[in-house]
Amino acid sequence: MANPANLDPSVWVDRYGDYLFRYAMLRLRDRPAAEDMVQETFLAALKDRGTFSGDSSEATWLVGILKHKIADHYRRQAREAPLEGGDLREHPDAGHFDGVGHWTTGPAEWGGNPADLYRQGEFLDQFRKCLSGLSPNHANAFTLREMEGLGTAEICKVLGVSETNLWVILHRARALLRRCLETRWFGTAAGKGS
Amino acid sequence: MLSCKDVTKLVSESMDRSLPFGKRIGVRLHLLMCKFCARYERQLLLIRETVRRLAVSVEAPGEPSGETVSVEAKERIRNAMKNP
Repeated sequence: MANPANLDPSVWVDRYGDYLFRYAMLRLRDRPAAEDMVQETFLAALKDRGTFSGDSSEATWLVGILKHKIADHYRRQAREAPLEGGDLREHPDAGHFDGVGHWTTGPAEWGGNPADLYRQGEFLDQFRKCLSGLSPNHANAFTLREMEGLGTAEICKVLGVSETNLWVILHRARALLRRCLETRWFGTAAGKGS
Repeated sequence: MLSCKDVTKLVSESMDRSLPFGKRIGVRLHLLMCKFCARYERQLLLIRETVRRLAVSVEAPGEPSGETVSVEAKERIRNAMKNP
């Protein structure tokens, strides 16, 4: 078992800097913000290194601190730009339904081998672009739910929204992302009729 | 009778909570008959699965091909750590 004296902050930046950065980039979609979070994480770790128990690895301990920093960032964004009721009313696919709510152009068949998507470098780029196109609250809710697998009650606390609103936010985020990926990545002609 | 527009909302909601019995049955019946909504659901689930795997693969320590902190930012972080 390691003890706090075994921590060596002088090698942190070289050893964990890029790792923490990638973790933050995926969740914040913004290089300067991700670099700031990495710096804040190291500074907080330096200050609190007495709390490192050695039960987990140094990397796991640092990621734990980073997670809290990211949640703080989300909270800040939610406070600065709270969602308006009107933001949630329109269905993102509204233009693809007829008057009674049936598809006029339905979702396209996604070709290739979709199960393998996560391994394709360019897919990550497109995914990130699509996620960045959402408002911060939509993108953050999606990230907490789908990437982190957090429960809705916990997400409501971070974003300061009711559960009913969160369901709508997630529905909208998923619909917008699906549409964006279909356009940017799959780029196929949508099926006609129903 | 649920419309496709209703069903897309409920398919998403069912990924966040267990739907009340009546709605759940309504959605399942609709999905049996509507290939577009069934496809919509498959795609949302695929996105969920892909995003989780993406996170795991991007964060694997020692992943050589990922993005890195810029040299300037590394320098700035080192300096900040020397004078916290």
